[in-house]
Amino acid sequence: MSGVEKINVKVSAIVPLNELVTRFEFKRTDGALFPTFSGGAHTVVEMIDDGLTRLNPYSLMSDPMDQGTYAISVRRDDEGRGGSLFMHNNVKVGDDMVLSNPVNLFSLDLRAKKHLMIAGGIGITPFMAQIKQLDRAHGNWELHYATRNAALGSYVDELTATHPNDVNVYYDDDKNFIDLENLLDGQQLGTHIYVCGPKGMINWVRGKTAELGWPLEAVHYEEFLAPQPGKPFEVKLSISNKVITVGENESLLEAIEREGVDAPYLCRGGACGQCETAVIGYDGKFIHRDHWLEDDEKASGKKIMPCVSRFEGKTLVLDR
Amino acid sequence: MTIQFKDETFRGDYTYKNSDWAIKRFPFPFHEDSYMYSVNMEQHKGGPEGSIYEKRFDVDEHYLSEMRDRAMVLADDPLRCQSLPHMTLAGWDLLELIMVSKSEDYPDMFELHRDGDQWRWVNKPMGIDDSFTFMDETTLPYGPMEYITRQTQGDFAVLDQRDDNLWMDAGMITTQADWSLDFDIGMNFFEWHAPVPKANEMGIFIRALKFLLNVQQGAPARRLNWTMTVNPLLDTSPENYHKWGVQKTELAPENVGEKQHLRVELQTFFRLPRSNALVFPIRCYLASFDDLMTVPKWGRRLHRVIRDLPEELATYKGFIDNRPMMLDYLSAYDDGKPTSDGIWPDLESEPERS
Repeated sequence: MSGVEKINVKVSAIVPLNELVTRFEFKRTDGALFPTFSGGAHTVVEMIDDGLTRLNPYSLMSDPMDQGTYAISVRRDDEGRGGSLFMHNNVKVGDDMVLSNPVNLFSLDLRAKKHLMIAGGIGITPFMAQIKQLDRAHGNWELHYATRNAALGSYVDELTATHPNDVNVYYDDDKNFIDLENLLDGQQLGTHIYVCGPKGMINWVRGKTAELGWPLEAVHYEEFLAPQPGKPFEVKLSISNKVITVGENESLLEAIEREGVDAPYLCRGGACGQCETAVIGYDGKFIHRDHWLEDDEKASGKKIMPCVSRFEGKTLVLDR
Repeated sequence: MTIQFKDETFRGDYTYKNSDWAIKRFPFPFHEDSYMYSVNMEQHKGGPEGSIYEKRFDVDEHYLSEMRDRAMVLADDPLRCQSLPHMTLAGWDLLELIMVSKSEDYPDMFELHRDGDQWRWVNKPMGIDDSFTFMDETTLPYGPMEYITRQTQGDFAVLDQRDDNLWMDAGMITTQADWSLDFDIGMNFFEWHAPVPKANEMGIFIRALKFLLNVQQGAPARRLNWTMTVNPLLDTSPENYHKWGVQKTELAPENVGEKQHLRVELQTFFRLPRSNALVFPIRCYLASFDDLMTVPKWGRRLHRVIRDLPEELATYKGFIDNRPMMLDYLSAYDDGKPTSDGIWPDLESEPERS
């Protein structure tokens, strides 16, 4: 089977945090303990949405040492394909759901002398778990958290109350922005940087650190891409000898799975590389959206990441 | 079953012996009549009852003697156990994994009582009953990795995962097939594998690394590896090569069946949850040629594998000089009959003797 080991859970609490973000808490159905995890790990949530199975990754934001409850926070995306809308509109306390075992693609480098965290909006979630992990180990960390305004600042109150000296909050509406260059300038040797937020923020931090000569190994980032809707397209799967149509609101990977073809996956967000698929032939153009393939691989027309990438054109034949 | 622990030595007078039970469950590593490197990885999710695959951490009749040998190696050379400062959390992960697994898999021998972070660990075979505070190193006589691996058979390489690579940043290595933790500490996956012939151009290490980076919580993996050792010697380390290397020259036609051992490693891989590190337990099983020949299928197959093994592999595994003598011995057990697929003894389906 593809993916990772599954855990059956019940929704134990739903806590709206603000206009856009809601926290969902889960308990195990079998009453056993959840596995512990490392800060930065995500779980893949299975949603049965009107016959369509969606598998969306969300960062675990509960205390990694708390084996009684897992929690995620979901930002409603009114423009997306409906995964977050399903969570917000359809999921009720007491519902049965299925989570994957934790997977970490954004773990702390425990050699770091200091962990400098930069969060944008809902990108705060993995840091919630990392902060709890580091606090226990008396780790040295500092958070810079940018969000639109106080009303949308998920967990700002909790963070500033518990860590007044380590948490710095910036509100866009107040024209208060992270002064990145100055921030980086004052860091001690051995500092590692972690950034989670919108693509623009990740690119900004990666670009600035590279310009200032920070080692690549000291800059960590995570951006989950949600698959975007797009025009329907047809695909031939050569190994399983099937022709399938990818609908407007499903990903290529979801369409492959819908047809009963077992395809490998892990993060479903364009980051981990597990679902990489060879292209046998095509006539049209790829819409590559992943972080995994290098630019030359994307240009070669020989590979695609079906979890987030799409295709427009006449024919696409995949080695699957 | 209750295990009868043996009192035996892996040095000096070499009194190590396998019982019939241990021979039948020996992890014979060849599933066909030839051998070539492969990643040959499968899920580590139990196995046939009584087999070495059944439990997460196999305990057998050699347990107490192996632990005594480990303590002797460590007394001579404390650097066989090392943990870089950032690996302490992974050490706690490993301690938890082993204590939970052994207490669940062998409740008659091991007990774990947990009340929050107040833990009590009972290891009946070794006569240990310790209470300690989980995640507080000052409450244990050793660091967490050293504490638990002094009580668990097999070597343990604890690998940090970062920058899309694995790093040998901690370990307890006293039963190794000629490699050194003290030499490899801090190296990444490609650095510590660098001297293997042939495999590199096969791209096998790139595939293996990709697989290992993706070993997930709750889904451990395993494979077998093998080499040859003269005398039942656990500590075939480069540090002590001057002591054991010479023993290879003591092999003679009249003692080859007794002295020549097939050394098999059960390698398993577990994701460690709190640290996101990977632990790589390497469990060594030794069987003399005489032991192995009691299973006719293994006798036939071992002869064919050793005979046809490419020269560079026989050299790499350190038995090229003794191969002719080994083959003289083994050929007497190969009657040319076909062998069944897979590694198991298959004694009940033996072809009729003519």
